[in-house]
Amino acid sequence: MQTDGSGSGTNSARNAGVPLQVDWFDQIAVNTQAAERRAATLTTRRTVKKQWQAAWLVNAIRCMDLTTLAGDDTEDRVRRLCAKAARPLADPIMAGLGLERLTTGAVCVYPTMVAAAARALRGTGIPVASVATGFPAGLMPLDLRLAEIRYAVNQGADEIDIVITRAHVLDGNWAALHDEVAAMREACGAAHMKAILATGDLKTLRNVYKASMVAMQAGADFIKTSTGKEGVNATLPVSLVMLRALRDYGERTGWRIGFKPAGGMKTAKDALAWQILMKEELGNDWLRPDLFRLGASSMLADIERQLDHHVTGRYAASFRHALA
Amino acid sequence: MPSVTDILETMDYGPAPEAAGEVTTWLAARGTFGHYIDGAFTGPGTAFESLNPATGEVLARVAQGSAADVAAAVKAARAAQPGWARLAGHERAKWLYALARHVQKRERFLAVLETLDNGKPIRESRDIDVPLVARHFYHHAGWAEMLEEEFPGQGAIGVCGQIIPWNFPLLMLAWKIAPALAAGNTVVLKPAEQTPLTALAFAEICAEIGLPKGVVNIVTGDGETGAALVAAEVDKIAFTGSTEIGRTIRKATAGRAVKLTLELGGKSPFVVFADADLDAAVEGVVDAIWFNQGQVCCAGSRILVAEAVAGAFEKRLQARLGKLRVGDPLDKSTDVGAIVDAVQLARIRELVAQGEAQGATLHQAEAQLPASGCFFAPGYFTNVAPANVVSEVEIFGPVATLTTFRTPDEAVALANNTRYGLAASIWSENISLALDVAAKVKAGVVWVNSTNVFDAGAGFGGYRESGFGREGGREGMRDYLAAPRPKAQPEAETGRLDAAPHPGTPAKGAAHIDRTAKLYIGGAQKRPDSGYSYAVLAKGREIGLAGLGNRKDIRNAVEAAHKAAGWGGATGHNRAQVLYYLAENLSAREREFTDSLKAAGVAKPALEVACAIRRAFYYAAQADKFDGAVHATKTSNVTLAMPEPFGVMGIACPDAAPLLGFLSLVLPAIAMGNRVVALPAASMPLAATDLYQVFDTSDLPGGVVNIVTGTRDELALTLARHDDVAAIWYCGGSAGRSMVESESAGNLKSTWTFANRDWHGADGQGREFLLRATQVKNIWVPYGE
Repeated sequence: MQTDGSGSGTNSARNAGVPLQVDWFDQIAVNTQAAERRAATLTTRRTVKKQWQAAWLVNAIRCMDLTTLAGDDTEDRVRRLCAKAARPLADPIMAGLGLERLTTGAVCVYPTMVAAAARALRGTGIPVASVATGFPAGLMPLDLRLAEIRYAVNQGADEIDIVITRAHVLDGNWAALHDEVAAMREACGAAHMKAILATGDLKTLRNVYKASMVAMQAGADFIKTSTGKEGVNATLPVSLVMLRALRDYGERTGWRIGFKPAGGMKTAKDALAWQILMKEELGNDWLRPDLFRLGASSMLADIERQLDHHVTGRYAASFRHALA
Repeated sequence: MPSVTDILETMDYGPAPEAAGEVTTWLAARGTFGHYIDGAFTGPGTAFESLNPATGEVLARVAQGSAADVAAAVKAARAAQPGWARLAGHERAKWLYALARHVQKRERFLAVLETLDNGKPIRESRDIDVPLVARHFYHHAGWAEMLEEEFPGQGAIGVCGQIIPWNFPLLMLAWKIAPALAAGNTVVLKPAEQTPLTALAFAEICAEIGLPKGVVNIVTGDGETGAALVAAEVDKIAFTGSTEIGRTIRKATAGRAVKLTLELGGKSPFVVFADADLDAAVEGVVDAIWFNQGQVCCAGSRILVAEAVAGAFEKRLQARLGKLRVGDPLDKSTDVGAIVDAVQLARIRELVAQGEAQGATLHQAEAQLPASGCFFAPGYFTNVAPANVVSEVEIFGPVATLTTFRTPDEAVALANNTRYGLAASIWSENISLALDVAAKVKAGVVWVNSTNVFDAGAGFGGYRESGFGREGGREGMRDYLAAPRPKAQPEAETGRLDAAPHPGTPAKGAAHIDRTAKLYIGGAQKRPDSGYSYAVLAKGREIGLAGLGNRKDIRNAVEAAHKAAGWGGATGHNRAQVLYYLAENLSAREREFTDSLKAAGVAKPALEVACAIRRAFYYAAQADKFDGAVHATKTSNVTLAMPEPFGVMGIACPDAAPLLGFLSLVLPAIAMGNRVVALPAASMPLAATDLYQVFDTSDLPGGVVNIVTGTRDELALTLARHDDVAAIWYCGGSAGRSMVESESAGNLKSTWTFANRDWHGADGQGREFLLRATQVKNIWVPYGE
């Protein structure tokens, strides 16, 4: 069977957005301790073992936005990453798992690296995702940010990960936030848009819920936790609140919005934890790459080691696996 | 086994069973267990089977304890007790620390064994029960260490008989044994017949660490064994279980000077306000009623939701219910395991069927139940009237009721519309509202925006028919300690009160204007319902007449006391002002009271009045100082231990010291905010009835103190049987003490009975009176942004 991320984003009709509806979120109650308790017990209430664990780790790969977003990125570095995205597991592991084909969900790079990534991925069906809009802080004039989106799309990006202006959330300027994200969505055109909320900067879970809701109202296809550059990146409690916002938006509008946690998730255990969260809060549909992505760089190496162990029964060494 | 590609389609969790090999090997090696008495296991004698409720398989055979077994265990405990109590606190602390450490070293063994025997999911035994067991022993190692410093003058009670239920077998063992041992008591513990195995494993741990023999004795068996333990020569009974059995034990221990603590059933409210985090509250329901298969005495089994959000709440609740996994308790992904046994399963089914027959709608998880074993799909009822059986009766299964309310007042009224008072859970992001409701709800444990949170550092226990006594924290330690008993003072027997005229015994000359003492109810003097008065005699001469109160006067007095509810809400300072004023007015009439007591034949009248004035000062001083604590429990949690008044109390006063005895009991009760119905000395009630005018001029609100004169035991009987009296104090002879304790079983009111004592000295006042006048409410307030 084909287990890759190609064709993602096609299973659901795209979110068209709605005009700003402040009353959908301004009275939201989020109890932080209760959210933390739920998040902490999710992974003690559910576990996957043996064959099931292997399958869930494979699923994490097909939902992974394999990412490099560093100041020292080069085109060669990006090509190496793309090669890993196209062939994330060593052949013996693939054979041991009974898999024929597996790719990551996407590759995620800076706009100037999009062209190189697109070339490297040609024929693989793997989409190229690009960050844009003055990533990671987003503090650039709006016209430049919109121009950056258009540039990335022109370079061949299939997906755009935008950052929001945190100040609009902290000031409660929802109209400004809605206008900004709606403009970005328009600039994306056919490319899918993931709205990065930078939740580590928003601090409170109520702010996270509100920002999530405005981003969806403004037409985001995905909501995403973090740039990976904030002090605190993806956490389970923050993800829980975003999923609940996503569920509420879906109940009101019928649109199905995707979710992407990013930053700080490094282990196979993290991959399982977030999938348990998705399954418990939203269901199996949100375990597919069209509605779920894991933004990660080093997680793949740990997953490959775990799967190697699953296949061989021997604990693995990373140096025996291909670098990303 | 499905392939990876198959699983990629279904994304199922798959099985994840916890290995049980170590435990089953141990069970097979033991086969049959005897009792653990005096540091050794007995031969099994008559044995019964302990089953795994998830599979029906026999886990082990366990001895059925006889009265002789119980007697042998009590004898061993009795022999060991003085030596154990004599140990320095530090030495006992080392033993408790060893128990804590060994529980931790055996944590997975104990968790698996508990799950096998009880049917609870391994997640709960592993993550909740066993860690709390270790925590409890650690915490109480600390109390043992600090005992002399923290509880000066207090000592062990002696031998404690402890009977524990099947829902948290090892945890309840820890709650019972840890404080008892810390205080220097020795114990005979009877685990539930459904779940004896972790207690027996614990006995092996006691043997493993070399705990002095006889300090912990474990006798297994059913209710008959428990009854034998209650009847045995013990100094305290601590029971956790059903309210019905609690009543039986209350009666069986009446008059025996056996200390008693009862932790009984509940039908705890789970109140969701419109401004709550609804998702958090839904998750709270999971932790409340779908925790441990709903077999939790403090389970939030009555969900009360604000009408404004009821639809949204139920929709989310339904969705969450659909996610629960019911099945193999050893599976690490199981939420709801097996009901403890077939009897309990049948009881749940019957009650649920009755609830449906009475018009309620049942919503159940569409879970695939295992084909065999004791399983029940979790759920909840809607369309459930307050009069429906499932609204009132504890189901003790994974089924809640869901009803709505309109206003906070109505939420409180519905929350308190129960004979129980164990716990409450309150969900609101408005801290003012949440704490207001926390204060108003009648429950010993209140969780704000959380539920079923436990810690050894906080007290746990109920109001009303959920029992009395606390387990955990400082307040729990008090229930395993005793101060030296005050020396009993002899009291003259009061004869039958004579309502007929007493010709030829005029007390005073012809110039005297007759004074007739009426009853004092609701701040007014009332004629006795009977229309009879009786002659109050001093040295054979009639010195006045007092009303011969009857049961209807008690009824009226209790009603009046309930109407004075504002007294409990007044500040300690307000109450102190009234008590100081009372002292001031009593002082102004010191001469008159002294003369009156003298005429009544009291030995040292001036001393008694002076002492009474000091007493009013003492309790005025305490009114705003006897307060609670903030317990150190969880991170980011303010756990408030608040002493609250019972509400309406009955007080039967001694016959001796007619003024001082009366005030020594009434003043601490009202200082703490109670309203009282007091029965003054029957032979000399005028000392108390003379206080009416003092009360009236001291701004004491009407109904706070109500006085019914007449035959003490007859009136005390009515008070003891009154379902709307929360506590009763009785000073008097052993027959009366026994009667009051036994008759209080009806609503399980808190009782304090004692013989007459020297009211002038140190025994006549102190913190003991205030502790007896209050019950501790623990309010858990988590915080964090």
